[in-house]
Amino acid sequence: MTYIPHSPKERDEMLKTVGVEKMSDLFGAIPEAHRYPDLDLPSALTEMEAAAELSDLAQANETTKDLVSFLGAGIYNHYIPAAINHILLRGEFYTAYTPYQPEISQGTLQAIFEYQSLIANLTGMDVANASHYDGATAVAEAVNMALAQFRGKRKKIVMSTGVHPHYRATTDTYTQFADVEFVSEEASRNTSEALIPLIDKNTALVLVQYPDFFGRICDYTKLGEAAHEAGALFCVVANPTALGMLKTPGEMGADMVVGEGQPLGISMSYGGPYLGFFTTRNKFVRKMAGRLVGESVDARGQRAFVLTLTPREQHIKRERATSNICSNQGLLALAAGVYMSLLGQTGMKQVVELCYHKAHYAAEKIIEIPGFSLTFDSQFFHEFVVTCPKPVAEINAHLLEHGILGGYDLGQDYPEMADQMLVAVTEMNSKEEIDALVAMLSEVNHD
Amino acid sequence: MTEFKLDSAPKIVEPTIYELSSPGRIGVDFPDPDVPRSNVPDSLLRAELPLPELSEVDVIRHFVKLSTFNYSVDSGYYPLGSCTMKYNPKINEDTARLSGFANIHPLQPIETTQGALLLMYQLQEWLKEISGFDAITLQPAAGAHGEFVGVLMMRAYQNDRGETKRNKMLIPDSAHGTNPATSAMSGLKVVQIPSDERGNVDLNALRAEADDTLVGMMLTNPNTLGLFDENVEEICQIVHNAGGLMYGDGANMNAMLGITKMADLGFDVMHYNLHKTFSTPHGGGGPGSGPVCVTETLAPFLPAPIVEIVEEEVDGIPPLYGLVDPSKTIGRVKAFHGHFGMFVRAFTYIAMHGPDGLRDISEYAVLNANYILARLRDTYHVPYDRICMHEFVAEGRWKDAPDVHALDIAKRLMDYGFHPPTNYFPLIVHEALMIEPTETENKDTLDSFIDAMIKIAKEAHEEPDLLHDAPHLENTPFGRLDEVKAAKDLILCCWLPEDYENQ
Repeated sequence: MTYIPHSPKERDEMLKTVGVEKMSDLFGAIPEAHRYPDLDLPSALTEMEAAAELSDLAQANETTKDLVSFLGAGIYNHYIPAAINHILLRGEFYTAYTPYQPEISQGTLQAIFEYQSLIANLTGMDVANASHYDGATAVAEAVNMALAQFRGKRKKIVMSTGVHPHYRATTDTYTQFADVEFVSEEASRNTSEALIPLIDKNTALVLVQYPDFFGRICDYTKLGEAAHEAGALFCVVANPTALGMLKTPGEMGADMVVGEGQPLGISMSYGGPYLGFFTTRNKFVRKMAGRLVGESVDARGQRAFVLTLTPREQHIKRERATSNICSNQGLLALAAGVYMSLLGQTGMKQVVELCYHKAHYAAEKIIEIPGFSLTFDSQFFHEFVVTCPKPVAEINAHLLEHGILGGYDLGQDYPEMADQMLVAVTEMNSKEEIDALVAMLSEVNHD
Repeated sequence: MTEFKLDSAPKIVEPTIYELSSPGRIGVDFPDPDVPRSNVPDSLLRAELPLPELSEVDVIRHFVKLSTFNYSVDSGYYPLGSCTMKYNPKINEDTARLSGFANIHPLQPIETTQGALLLMYQLQEWLKEISGFDAITLQPAAGAHGEFVGVLMMRAYQNDRGETKRNKMLIPDSAHGTNPATSAMSGLKVVQIPSDERGNVDLNALRAEADDTLVGMMLTNPNTLGLFDENVEEICQIVHNAGGLMYGDGANMNAMLGITKMADLGFDVMHYNLHKTFSTPHGGGGPGSGPVCVTETLAPFLPAPIVEIVEEEVDGIPPLYGLVDPSKTIGRVKAFHGHFGMFVRAFTYIAMHGPDGLRDISEYAVLNANYILARLRDTYHVPYDRICMHEFVAEGRWKDAPDVHALDIAKRLMDYGFHPPTNYFPLIVHEALMIEPTETENKDTLDSFIDAMIKIAKEAHEEPDLLHDAPHLENTPFGRLDEVKAAKDLILCCWLPEDYENQ
């Protein structure tokens, strides 16, 4: 089965017009020894057969619908309103190209402009771009932007241990051939207090996460002030759901707010595609990598939108561009835009509060179990670290036997934290599910 | 130049989501908490949440209205060079949305995600087989991201064998802008290599630069002129002899499926664009997906993690698939394992084509391009005119119609119901019009496009204002944009009405 529409007669007419006899005549430029190799691939399936095979593969996975999930660590199981998928499935959106021709792309352009606006308002910042690949690459681009801002004169990045381990690893990869030094605090201490002494005149950027990877929330205003006093930039990696309730990084003086937009109506889909959001202050807008949509007018006197400040980008600047990014997560930005529009002020507040209250109920019940305690005494949002009486790997295996997907095993990234579990609770977890988790954890302790 | 005179406030065709907001409206409601409420620390609360307030029907009508302003593959033909705007099969959207794929968390234990890992493993095997390479990562999020991964690996490899002074990347003048940007982002010096009169890499210029400071060369083949470089094996040889590696930009793989394997030609590393070659939709600018294939030599440097069999099949118990970090990995290039939703779509597509179907794709893509070329070459000058691959580049200018530019032809095509070709790229052709039909367009569509192009050429000579004023009111919902105003005013955001004074 293919999607090639030519009849044999049409094919022959076309070959004749081209002036060749057969298809293979079109490939004379290819070295003969390497022309038409065998492909060892299974033979073609019809749509009906492919649908069945894919369905079998899908059913071989245990989903968060089959299991009760308390797994977060950067990706969260939230309710996705039905309307989102119906908009995403409009071919006018998902089969459109990048809106380089604004006369026939105003749907995409206005949707991105609205996404930029919603994200800027949510984070308390002046301006958002059209998005990056994911939270991790948005963080790496923030580091690149800070290094470019000081043109190599400042070489130190103060990055909190509370930033997602994948984001830190990605940043390391991005900067492995750059002249830059990363410094971090020890994982268990109060982030702001521990980071301030690390900031100096060689610091280009101070970067923290909010809530941090351990779910903790604190006011970073003083940290931001310390960064600015040293002349450094201040970036906050934020969870967009939490911002439905919490003081914004913008209010704390952030120069950049970046993060993972998956919680805004995007399915978990085993790792992507997701949405890296990226915001900054007006004064830095020309330094920000990635597409931007701006408002203008058309020749007919209508308000219209267009990609703007493109001279910053790779197709114009080539080797002088600060980033090679040449796409954005267009369809996911649309999903996030529809999500925020649908939920609005009321729905966002409801979701945030449900997460907060359920997580705190879960924490309260878990620490009543002998042997379990909260690792940190800080405030938290919808995720918290539990010190367990046994290695988390062991506990999670037991939970899984009973249909529960336990929290993230922090020992995977922080070797000294093998007994520490990062538990995430969202609006999707009912009281019964939380009580079932608590019951199972109690059993673990009695083994 | 189009003039933009505004006597009054611009007309609003569709209000923004903020302009549509009305306080108190609710689009989706959530239940009350079924647990006791906890205290929320006042000092950490935000004062206001400036999001719009709409009902579900408001939101749906708004976005459906916006969608009608878009051109798309589902609504028409995109002869858009280097972008491979083929039809996106509907079944792909259904398989990617199966609950077993959409509702799995990337950090679940591998025992609970064997279906997903098997799919990724199989896709890795297939993409290796199609390109002839030994190893692969699916992690890169887009083509440009894949280039970055490839170049980092090339540099890591050179450093690993003690060749730390190598810092030069060769890039042909016909290359896409991401190639030089990627090299610069990886801290390398970029040296441009000119093309010869047949559109091939100029071998003498290449030889002159192939020295012991070479990290390697980035080559798109077929190149951005739509031509297969006739000396590709020799180019690879020259670069290899200088100790460099050959990077293949796989943007144009739609011409090569089952036609030749890039590794057999001498390439060491190559990225695919699943959103071009394997029909995953462009989504209005993303998401893409840019898997990178390498030879055995570079396999230890692949980004972490890749999918491997971690426990072999025994006594009828199927093998266990897991995530593994290569021994000298350059590290992680994004969170988790890549754009899995795109893998499901590409897997579905390859499974439905098989080896013969894939070869058909490339043959018909190349036939379609040559058919248009054959019918347009008398009307539009084609500077590098020989049998092309999946696309070709014509000039959008005539000596006897000096006021007409490629841009005007592009805009006039909209009046005839077509998306314009890529214009002003590659940079080595004046007023370039880069035309890539793909295999999914039938002869009737190609004929109407060709007829429109011929008619426009006539108009360019007889009634050039028809082109200058295009697109016209009755044909498109919007006219040409004032791009200067956009860059000058820099309005990048809108707010709730009451928040405007704060900005």
